[in-house]
Amino acid sequence: MTGQLVRLAETDRAPVAFRLDGRDMTGLQGDTVLTAILTGADSLRPAEFGPERRAGFCLMGACQDCWIWAEDGVRLRACSTPLAPGMRLLSEAPDGWPA
Amino acid sequence: MTRVLVVGAGPAGIRAAERLVRAGLRPIVVDEGARAGGQIYRRPPEGFSRPPEKLYGSEAGKARALHAVFDAMVASGQVDHRPQASVHAIRDGVAHVGAQRIAHDRLILATGATDRLVPVEGWQRAGVFTLGAAQIALKAQGVAIGRRIVLAGSGPLLTLVATQLLAAGAGVAAVLDTATLAQQAGGGGGMALARPAVTARGLAMRARLGRLYHAGVRLDRIAEDAVHWRDAKGQAQVTPCDAVALGWHLRAETQLADLAGARFAWSDTWAQWLPVADPMGRAGPGLYLAGDGLRILGADSAETAGALAANACLNDLGTATPDTPRLLRRARRMHRFAAAMAQAFPWPGVPLDALPDTAVLCRCEGITVGQMRAAADHGGAEANRVKSLGRIGMGRCQGRYCQLAAADLIARHAGLAPQAVGRLRGQPPARPVPIDALLED
Repeated sequence: MTGQLVRLAETDRAPVAFRLDGRDMTGLQGDTVLTAILTGADSLRPAEFGPERRAGFCLMGACQDCWIWAEDGVRLRACSTPLAPGMRLLSEAPDGWPA
Repeated sequence: MTRVLVVGAGPAGIRAAERLVRAGLRPIVVDEGARAGGQIYRRPPEGFSRPPEKLYGSEAGKARALHAVFDAMVASGQVDHRPQASVHAIRDGVAHVGAQRIAHDRLILATGATDRLVPVEGWQRAGVFTLGAAQIALKAQGVAIGRRIVLAGSGPLLTLVATQLLAAGAGVAAVLDTATLAQQAGGGGGMALARPAVTARGLAMRARLGRLYHAGVRLDRIAEDAVHWRDAKGQAQVTPCDAVALGWHLRAETQLADLAGARFAWSDTWAQWLPVADPMGRAGPGLYLAGDGLRILGADSAETAGALAANACLNDLGTATPDTPRLLRRARRMHRFAAAMAQAFPWPGVPLDALPDTAVLCRCEGITVGQMRAAADHGGAEANRVKSLGRIGMGRCQGRYCQLAAADLIARHAGLAPQAVGRLRGQPPARPVPIDALLED
C-alpha cells in the first residue's frame, strides 16, 4: 500500500518499528503516530458516521479527526502523539469495547 | 507573588511571558506544543536538522529570536513551562489542564487561530486536509500531504503554503483561489500602504506560482481522485489529485476566552464573532487576550499584542510600562494591513446557499447541509437551537470547523444576516479529556 504522505526531507533518522492492526510497520524517530502510519498507509481509521475513511485534517490538535486506539484500550490523538518503539496500534476500538 | 497564567506559547504568548519575567514575575505557560513557537514558528522534534532559514524562509530571524527568548527563560527557571498540555476548562480563576488545576490571579490567553473552512462536497474524505495542516506536515515532519496536491480556498496562507510546498519539491497540481482578482486588487492597495514590503513579498510568491494559480474559482466537489471546479469564466474543470488542502484565512480560537468570561461582538471585517477587548487586550477583570485569538492580524502583530497584554497586566498590578504608546502605534498599522487583507480575500467567497443538501457540513459526525436546514426549519434560525436539534457544533471538534459556515448557511436559509443567527456558546471541555480528569476527589 502506498502512503498518503510523502517524505521530502529529514529522511536519515533512525527507523522505529511499530504495529498497526497486527501489521508490522516502520516509521522514523521523531515521527508523530500520524506521520508514521500515513507514510505507509492511505488512512488512519474508518469514519464512525459515514462510509469513508479518515486520515486527520488539521494536524494541530484542534479537529480531533485522528483519534485511534492502542491495543491496551488507550485512545490517542495521532497528530500530537510521538511515535515510540514497539507501539501496538489499532484503527478501531479493541474487541469488547462498548459500541 | 501574583500568579499569572499564560495559555499558548506562540509569538503572542512568548512576548507576554518575556515582559512578565522582566518585571519580576514567574508566569506559568501552558502550551499544546512540545516546543514553544506556536503553529507559525512551530519547531520539528529534536533530532531534525533543517535550519530555520529552510523552515521559516524570510521569517527565520523572527522564529530564531522567539525560540531563543523562550528557551532561555525555561532554562533559567524564569517561567514554569507546561508543554503538551491543554486547558479544557476555566472557571472561578482556576484553569483545568487534564487532571491538574491551576489557580491564577491573572490570565493571558494567546490561543491563536485555526484555518477557517468552507464545506465542499466530499471534504470529509481521507486525504483532504487544511492548509495549515499541509504547512505543519512540511515544517514539523518534513512530509507532503500527497503526491499531486490541490490547494484551494483563499487568503495569504494559500499562496504561502503553495510556494513552500513547491520549494520543498512537492507535487502541486493547482492553486485554486475563490477570491477574484478584482477583490484582491480592491484590498491590495490598503495592504501595500500599510506594509509595502510584506505585500511585495506576497505578490512575488504569487508570480512564482505561474500557471498553477487560478483566481475567481468556484469549487464544485472533491471526488476520490480529483477536484471538480469552475474557472472565473464558469468553465467546468477537473484536476486529478491525491490530496487536497483547504482554507479560507483563519478563525480565531476563542473558546477559552468565552469560558473565562469575555464578551463577544460580530466583526464585519473578519466575518466572525470576536472577543471584545480594549486596545491593550483587556477583556475583563484580570483577563487579557493577545494574538490571533483576539484579532486575526498575523504573527508580527501577535508579538506586539502579547507585549501589550503583558503591559496591561503589569499596569493593573501598579507597574508602569513606558513603551506602551510605541506598541499601540505599531498595533494600529498592523490592524490597517490585516483589515485590507480581509477585504482582498473575502470569506466565504461564494454564496454558501449553492451547497447541495447532500454535502457534509459537520465532518465530525457526517451531518449534512440538508439535515442542518431541516433543523433550522424545525427549531428556528438560531445557532444554539440548531446545535441542540441537529448536532451542528456538538461533535468532537466542538464546532471549530463547521460553526462559521453553519451560521452563514442558517442565515441565508432564513434570509437573515449571519450575526442575527447568534453565536455558539463555548462549552467545556474545550478539548477531549479522559473521564478521570473530570473526577474531583
